[in-house]
Amino acid sequence: MLLIHCPYCDETLPEAEFAYAGEAHVDRPADPMALSDDEWAAFLFIRSNPKGVHAERWRHVHGCARFFNAERDTVTDAFVSTYRAGEPRPGTKCSAGAPAGDDMKVAAE
Amino acid sequence: MTMHDTRMPDATVTIEDLAPDARFSLRVGADGRAAASETLGLDLPVRVGDVARGAEERTALCLGPDEWLITAPAEAGGAIARAFADLYDRTPHSLVDVSDREVTVRVTGPEALTLMTIGCPRDLARLAPGRAVRTVFDGATVILWRDAEDTFRMDVWRSFAPFVRDLLEIGRAEIAAGL
Repeated sequence: MLLIHCPYCDETLPEAEFAYAGEAHVDRPADPMALSDDEWAAFLFIRSNPKGVHAERWRHVHGCARFFNAERDTVTDAFVSTYRAGEPRPGTKCSAGAPAGDDMKVAAE
Repeated sequence: MTMHDTRMPDATVTIEDLAPDARFSLRVGADGRAAASETLGLDLPVRVGDVARGAEERTALCLGPDEWLITAPAEAGGAIARAFADLYDRTPHSLVDVSDREVTVRVTGPEALTLMTIGCPRDLARLAPGRAVRTVFDGATVILWRDAEDTFRMDVWRSFAPFVRDLLEIGRAEIAAGL
């Protein structure tokens, strides 16, 4: 079982208490009406899906119930860091043994 | 296969249902915490899992950065609700009576810790006596209090209670049978 550090409880706890909630830092466009259908579809459905470190949202659903962000290596499944919602991404690019792919960019960019 | 008596009198762990308490869910932001503490008559703890105990058996458990569980004897619930009703004008907050949402089960005995591990993925040996956490027990969200080294108390949502109770009973029988 994965152990995840909750930045609000400040404890490292079993995965069973947490729920995955998709990619992090996907910003909703400020003016959706100005977007074409393709741009809106990209916002809704297209995610970066990197091989390497991925910023994602998690929720400590059976605990403090808070959403927070985590960087997880999709190759090794290791959690690189966790940080509170609203804080900037620490920017860890990749860990040893998990080279970042060319598609290593966030959809919101 | 041998059938074991599930009601062995020398069981090393006891499971019992407790009488209802008054329970409130309190949500208030950081700038309203002092006012809420004053209304309640005890300092709301800020570290998740900490429990503050005040007069008249009132307790406040910190569940999250802006969420607390307030408990008191069943007959004292009305006084808490009235005190917070006066606070709404001055401090935005939410106090919800959740007394009937959960039922409480107490697990005591030398093997209490072993019994809790059948459903709870946490390392409960690291949960210090006197603290409490919201966690999961075989899929059901529970609030788990460690009242003493060998005493756990678990607030279980009413609809999950028969399932959790049965699971504990199976675990108790297995421990009693030496499995």
